[in-house]
Amino acid sequence: MATGVSVTPEVAWSARGTTPKEIAAALSRLAGDRDGGRPLAYAPARVLNLVTVVERARRDELVERLERLGRLHTSRTFVCVISDGERRDLDAFATMSCELPSHPGGLAVCRERVEIELGRGQLSRLESILDPLLVGDVPTVVWSPRHREAVDAMLAAAQVVLVDSGEQPDPAAALVRAAELAHEAQVVDLAWLRTTPWRERLAAAFDPPAQRDMLARIDCVTVRHEPAAASSGLLLVGWLCAQLGWAGRGRLAGDRGGSITGSADGPENQVELRLEPVDGQSAPGLAGVTVGGPGGSLSLDRGPGGLAARERRPDGRERAWTAMGASRGEPGILADGLRAALSDDLAYGPALRSAAVMLAA
Amino acid sequence: MATVQENPLSVGLEHLPIDPTTLVIFGATGDLARRKLLPAIYNLAHEGSLPAHFEMIGVARRELGDDGFRDYAGEAIERFSRRAPDAEVLRALLERVRYVSGSLDDATTYGRVAELAAELEAGAGVATNRIFYLATAPELFEPAIGGLGGAGLARPDRSQARVVVEKPFGHDLDSARALNQAVLDVFEERQVFRIDHYLGKETVQNMLVLRFANGIFEPLWNRSYVDHVQITAAEDIGIGSRAGYYDNAGALRDIAQNHLLQLLTLLCMEPPVSLAPDEVRNEKVKVLHAIRPPHPEEVADMAVRGQYHGGTVAGEEVPGYLEEEGVRAGSDTESYVAVKLFVENWRWAGVPFYLRAGKRLARQSTEIAVTLKPVPHLAFQGPDAAGAAPNQLVLSVQPNEGVSLSLVAKVPGARIQIRPVNMEFLYGASFLSQSPEAYERLIVDTMRGQATLFTRRDEVEAAWAIFDPILRAWAGDAAPPTAYRAGSDGPEDAARLLERGASWRRV
Repeated sequence: MATGVSVTPEVAWSARGTTPKEIAAALSRLAGDRDGGRPLAYAPARVLNLVTVVERARRDELVERLERLGRLHTSRTFVCVISDGERRDLDAFATMSCELPSHPGGLAVCRERVEIELGRGQLSRLESILDPLLVGDVPTVVWSPRHREAVDAMLAAAQVVLVDSGEQPDPAAALVRAAELAHEAQVVDLAWLRTTPWRERLAAAFDPPAQRDMLARIDCVTVRHEPAAASSGLLLVGWLCAQLGWAGRGRLAGDRGGSITGSADGPENQVELRLEPVDGQSAPGLAGVTVGGPGGSLSLDRGPGGLAARERRPDGRERAWTAMGASRGEPGILADGLRAALSDDLAYGPALRSAAVMLAA
Repeated sequence: MATVQENPLSVGLEHLPIDPTTLVIFGATGDLARRKLLPAIYNLAHEGSLPAHFEMIGVARRELGDDGFRDYAGEAIERFSRRAPDAEVLRALLERVRYVSGSLDDATTYGRVAELAAELEAGAGVATNRIFYLATAPELFEPAIGGLGGAGLARPDRSQARVVVEKPFGHDLDSARALNQAVLDVFEERQVFRIDHYLGKETVQNMLVLRFANGIFEPLWNRSYVDHVQITAAEDIGIGSRAGYYDNAGALRDIAQNHLLQLLTLLCMEPPVSLAPDEVRNEKVKVLHAIRPPHPEEVADMAVRGQYHGGTVAGEEVPGYLEEEGVRAGSDTESYVAVKLFVENWRWAGVPFYLRAGKRLARQSTEIAVTLKPVPHLAFQGPDAAGAAPNQLVLSVQPNEGVSLSLVAKVPGARIQIRPVNMEFLYGASFLSQSPEAYERLIVDTMRGQATLFTRRDEVEAAWAIFDPILRAWAGDAAPPTAYRAGSDGPEDAARLLERGASWRRV
């Protein structure tokens, strides 16, 4: 039976008006203080450095999201909080906590969080502040949804940039920005990860050889999405275009109702593309997708216990089933984002480029 | 049949599409199904890893009905799943579950399974593969295979049929051969998935990656540098409620013949051309064929058996083996086995491989320890060099999954003092994922027809051929197994197997 995660009490250090050198020394001391006399064996997490940047007003929201990651360890998490006023020095607060082993003789895996309060003017030299504090030889991921200058500054030290195109007001601009960043680092887009179950179910639906033949005859794709999640819809359409050879020949444009429509040239048909916002969905991301061809269609929609699938065949027969799977929720999406930072995603780049090209056409 | 690679939409997906499948579990109300299979299937549903069209049929003697079995399965999942179930996913899964009550000795049981499977396939409207999972007592394997063949379930017209056979696959070489023959009279080898759940463990699969994706080990991986290898599967628990099985099997059949030999083959095999099932299994079989079974007169020098008596484990008093519920009075079944083997080929000739497995040992630990030869000359002399020790590479399967390499280092100070230190890689500290249960991986592989992590006919028989002389010698030996204290590292007598001054690692 699944059990909750137990962690040791945090050991902590804090200082005002401090320096990166003092913070690094404090982290070393915390590592030495962590056992508190308990008969446990400790292992420092060695997965990645996560650098987050947030303004003071959003600090609590960010920390709550990080804490909901649960047992997923980063090696060292930095929460860089931008002061309301200007400042030139740093305040810092560091903690170390260890997950207690679930079995006798197990190791307690430890993680560290370093919160640094700094001035907005210091963001442009964030890399030089954090570089002495990064755990070596593991990837560094930077996540700064609202402070582009922080991402730009960290590109010299970071291998991965975490973005959420769904959080940006202009989805087209968000995808263009992601495409620019992709030239500099690996980009992990949470809006893309929200499409994962939909891509898996579409791939499964067209996997039987008889169904696979229909891929070439698709003539319409409709993606329904939560109003703020147009970027997920665009990436799903971009993925279809890229994987099915439609890339570079399509075009998409928004209309006043919030829909985005366009078309692409498929191998046998012109493919009508449509993204429709739908109200009333609490979770960010997609609400449904319908893929149609001559006389038939496949629809996937959110439903209890997974995605509700409905297939209409050219002979008029219909089938419905549930493609089982639990919703990962937003903590799960962020966790997926961190996992994705450790692996290559062969499909994201082509999907992003296809979507960006069609938006620009 | 078209391959997955031909589906352009599957590129880059973690969960690749799986053909429509009906999974039929024989022994659906048994311990294995309750503790492992049903929770594993739930977790696959939770993660979206089951096929879009998935149905499950439970088969057992108990009179339950569909709803009764759904209740049973739901309770098993609630209790044993590695994650708390999502109510809606669980409900969606249980809607796909049906039940057939019947004896596996009764041909009509299979007829009803065939009718139900056909009904489910018609309802789905697509050709559906069928997996027959034999999670039954071993004596029911052959009747079940025969029943499946008799009902025409082994050779469907429009889809694939596969059979999963749990361990133990036979109780000696002759019975394994007979069972193989019975299985292959009905199914083709490509349809047969003989399961050894150790192969589904993440750390066991990592052995292939460690060996064949890292250049550092290959130059050392041979008789020139390796002094000896110890493969240990130590359990701190007793036999629990398994006396009926265990007292007829013993540690050699239960653990050494399958799990430990599998670890040995992965450790010793030559690099395969690819990870295709037969490429890997061909190399593993070569290792087994290179192990010379002992002559009867050699058994005493190559194998030690033990049986625990009362003692203390983790601070608790525990009874001896003969006091365990269900054990035959005066049973001479071994609860501990240690064996010395040699892999007689160019790479490994002369390197002893020590395998040991036991119950009620000091702690739970499964590991492979590769001890390298000592340096030819140690410049550091005297008492300060007493800490010098040969390097050891330890692959830990449980509880702390990972790899550690022991080195010797200078103790800080004015003198040149030496002591061993460890470089460690730990799964729990290096990745962001929880490892799936071995059964989850293996069930998916079965549904995909991917047999790399399953044992082949010749592999099973070659493994039995190694241990058959030991079993025969023990059967004819009136002397009881050597006693060891529960909570210890096993019988002291096991030390006599070790050569060249080696000693057992603490379990």
